[in-house]
Amino acid sequence: MSSWIVTNLWLIPAVPLAVSLVVLSLANPQRSIAALLAIFSQVVALILAIVAFLPTLQTPGFRAVHNFTWFTFGDQALRIGWMLDPLAAAMMVMITLVGLCIFVFSVGYMAGDKNFTRFFAYLSFFSGAMLGVVIANSLLLLFVSWELVGLASYLLIGFWIERPSAAVAAKKAFITTRIGDLGFFLGMLWLYHNSGTLLFYDQGRGCLEDTGLLAIGASATFIALLIFCGAVGKSGQFPLHVWLPDAMEGPTPVSALIHAATMVAAGVFLVARVYPLFSLGAVNGVTPSLTVVVTVGVVTALMASLIALAQFDIKRILAYSTVSQLGLMMVSLGVGGVAAGIMHLIAHGFFKALLFLGAGSVIHGLDHEQDIRKMGGLRWIMPVTFLTYAIGMMNLSGVPFFFSGGWTKEEILHSTAHWSVSPLPHYLMLAGVVLTALYMTRQMIYIFFDSARNTDFQSVRPAEFHSAEGARTTKDISVGRTGQGPVFHAHESPRVMTMPLIVLALCSILFVLVLTPAWPWLHAYLNGEPARADLSLLIQPILLLSLALVAGGIGVGWLIYRNASEVDPLARAQPGLFRFLENKMWFDEIYEQTIIALSRMLSRLADWLDRYFWDGLVRLFAGLAQAFGVLSKGFDDHGINAGVDETTAGTRGFGRLIAAAHSGQIQAYLGAIAIGMLLLLVLYAWLG
Amino acid sequence: MTPTLQLFLIISTALFSIGLLAALSRRHAIFILIGIELMLAAANLNFIAFWRFGPQPQSPTGVLVAIFSIAIAAAEAAVGLALVIAIYRHYRTTNVDQLDQLKG
Repeated sequence: MSSWIVTNLWLIPAVPLAVSLVVLSLANPQRSIAALLAIFSQVVALILAIVAFLPTLQTPGFRAVHNFTWFTFGDQALRIGWMLDPLAAAMMVMITLVGLCIFVFSVGYMAGDKNFTRFFAYLSFFSGAMLGVVIANSLLLLFVSWELVGLASYLLIGFWIERPSAAVAAKKAFITTRIGDLGFFLGMLWLYHNSGTLLFYDQGRGCLEDTGLLAIGASATFIALLIFCGAVGKSGQFPLHVWLPDAMEGPTPVSALIHAATMVAAGVFLVARVYPLFSLGAVNGVTPSLTVVVTVGVVTALMASLIALAQFDIKRILAYSTVSQLGLMMVSLGVGGVAAGIMHLIAHGFFKALLFLGAGSVIHGLDHEQDIRKMGGLRWIMPVTFLTYAIGMMNLSGVPFFFSGGWTKEEILHSTAHWSVSPLPHYLMLAGVVLTALYMTRQMIYIFFDSARNTDFQSVRPAEFHSAEGARTTKDISVGRTGQGPVFHAHESPRVMTMPLIVLALCSILFVLVLTPAWPWLHAYLNGEPARADLSLLIQPILLLSLALVAGGIGVGWLIYRNASEVDPLARAQPGLFRFLENKMWFDEIYEQTIIALSRMLSRLADWLDRYFWDGLVRLFAGLAQAFGVLSKGFDDHGINAGVDETTAGTRGFGRLIAAAHSGQIQAYLGAIAIGMLLLLVLYAWLG
Repeated sequence: MTPTLQLFLIISTALFSIGLLAALSRRHAIFILIGIELMLAAANLNFIAFWRFGPQPQSPTGVLVAIFSIAIAAAEAAVGLALVIAIYRHYRTTNVDQLDQLKG
C-alpha cells in the first residue's frame, strides 16, 4: 500500500489538472457539471492525500522517493521524481482540505458570474499545480509546478478581465514574482553546476544529501540566497511584497486559496524543503543565508502589520496580515524552527482561508462593498459569518488555548527566543503580536460592531436589527440609502457559503489537539520523532507573556476603535503617520520613481538605439544590397538575358522550319521515302 | 523473241513505278492500297525472274518466296482495308489529304 501510493503520487496533482482541462472545454451553460467535476477532483485528491498521509504516520521520519529519467541528452540524464515525507503529506492534506472548502464556497460566491466554468477550470488547475510543488523531489519539477502556480495566480487575479485594474494587478503580480523567480532559476543552475543533480533525495546522491552537499560546499550560501529570491517573490516578502495586496483584485475565493492559504505559502515551503542548503555549515544553528531570511522576515512582518493598521479595504487588511504572517514564518525558519514555521503555515492556511471566505461572505452580503467604513453592525445580520470570522480573528491575533494560530505563534516565539545572534527578532515579533491583535480588533469593530456608520446609509440602531432578525425569512433586510442610487440589501450568505466557513472554523479549532506543548504531535511528526504527552508542559512562561500581549492588543484596540467613525482615530491623532501607512509606505510610488523609471529610461534608450543606430546600420546594408541588386539586374537584362533570348529565337526558328516539313500528309512522307530510295540507288550506282 | 531477264526486269520496274505513282498521287485510300499491291507484285515478279534466270532454276526457291510474299501481301491488304474502314468511321472521309493528324 505504501509503495503503491509513493509510485503513484503523481495522481494527486494529475487529477485536478486533468479535470481542469475537461472543465475548460465545457460550454458556459454547463455550470453544475463544471462545479461538480471540480469538487469531485478535489475530493479525489483529498482521499489520495489521506492515503498518502497514512504511511507517514506509521514510521517517524518516513521518507520515500520515486525517481525516474525524464530524458537524456548526450551522456547526461535528467531525472525527476516525487517524494513522500511528513512535510509533503501534511501540506497535501491541508491544501486539498482548504481547497475543497473554497471550491464549495465558490459555488455560492460565483453563482452569478458569467464565466463560472472558466473559474472552476482555473481553480482546479491551480490546485493541481500547487500539489505538484508539494510532491516534487526535484528542484526542476518544483520549479515547473511553481511557474504553473504563478500562471494560475495570474489568470485568477485577472479573472474579471473587463476590469482594467484587475489586468494591471495580474500583470504586476506576474512580473514581480518573475523577478524573484529569475534568482530562483539562477540558483537552480548553480546548484546543478556544482552537484550535477537536481533531485533532492536519491539514495545518498541527491543534492540535499551528504555527498551532494559536500560537492556544493562554500557556494551553498549564494545558492540558498538565490533560491530564497524565488521564495521572496512568491511569498510576498519585502521588498517584493507589493504585488500581494494588489492581487486582491481577483475574486475572493481566489484570494483565500491562492493569496492566503496555499500559493503564497509555497515560498515558506520551498525554504523548508531545501533547508539543508540553508543550514549547511551552520555554527550554532546560524548561517549567513539564514540570517538574511530572518532579517527579511522581521522587516516584512513588522512593515505589513503597520500598513494593515491604516487600510480600509477589508481584503487589503487581510492581504497585509498575510504578508506579515508569512514574514513571521520566514523568521521561524531562519532561526531554526522549521517545524514551528510549517505548523504555523498549516494553521494559517486554515484560519486565513476562513477569514478570507468570511470577508467574501461579507462582500457578497453587501453587494460587493469592500470599504470597512461603509460596514458596521453586521453581527446581527450575518451571525454565522460573524461567529466564524471572530474565530478566525482569534486565531490570527494569537489567542491561545482554543485557537491553533495561538499555539503555533507560541512555538515561533519560542524559537526566536533561543536565537543566538540577537534577541531583537524576538522582541520585534512580540511587538508584531500586539500589532496583529490591534488591527484585527479594528477590523472586527468596523465590520461587525457599532452601527452602519456611513452617511450614505441610514444609521440603523441595534434594536432595528433585532426586529429585522425576525424578518430573516425574507432573506434580506433593506438597510437603505438615503440618497439616490440602488437600494442596498445586507443579508446572510446562502448555506453553500456558510458551511465551508463552519468547517474551516472547526478545523482551526480542532487542529489545536495536535499542537499544544502538552502533546506536540505535529511538531514531532514534522521533525520525525515520536511524540510524548506531558501535560505539565502545557503552561509555559512565554505563553503567559503572549497572552498578556494579545489581551493588551485587543483591549487597546477596543479602547481606540470603540467609537470609530468615518475618520480613523489614528488618523485623527497622527495624520502624517496615518497617511504614510495608508499609502502603503509609498512603496509603489518609490518603485515607480526608481526601478520603473529606470527601466522606462532604459527602454527609451533601447528604443532610440533601435530606431537610429541599429536601424541605420540595417538601412545601410539594405542600401548596399539594393545597389548590388540594380547592378546585377542590368547585367542580367543586357548580358545574360540577350544571349538566352538569341538562343531561344534560333531554336524556335529552326523548330518552325522542321515543323513545316511535317505536313501530316502521308503521301508526302511516302514521296520523301521514294526520293530517298532513288537517291540511294543513284549513290549505289555511282559508287559502283 | 525469247524472254530474257532484262525484259522481266523492265516489266517489273514499270509495274513498280505505276504502283508508286498510284500510291503517291491518288487521294482515295483504297487506291493507295492498290498501288502498294502493284509494287508488291513487281517485287514478286523480280523474285521469280531472278530465280528462273539464276544458277539453280531446278529447286523451287523463287516460287516459294513469291508465295510467302503473296500471303504477307494478303494479310497486309486485310490490315490496310480494316484501317481504311476505321478511318472512315472516325473521320467520315477516305481522302488522305484531309487526314493530317500526324502534322508536327
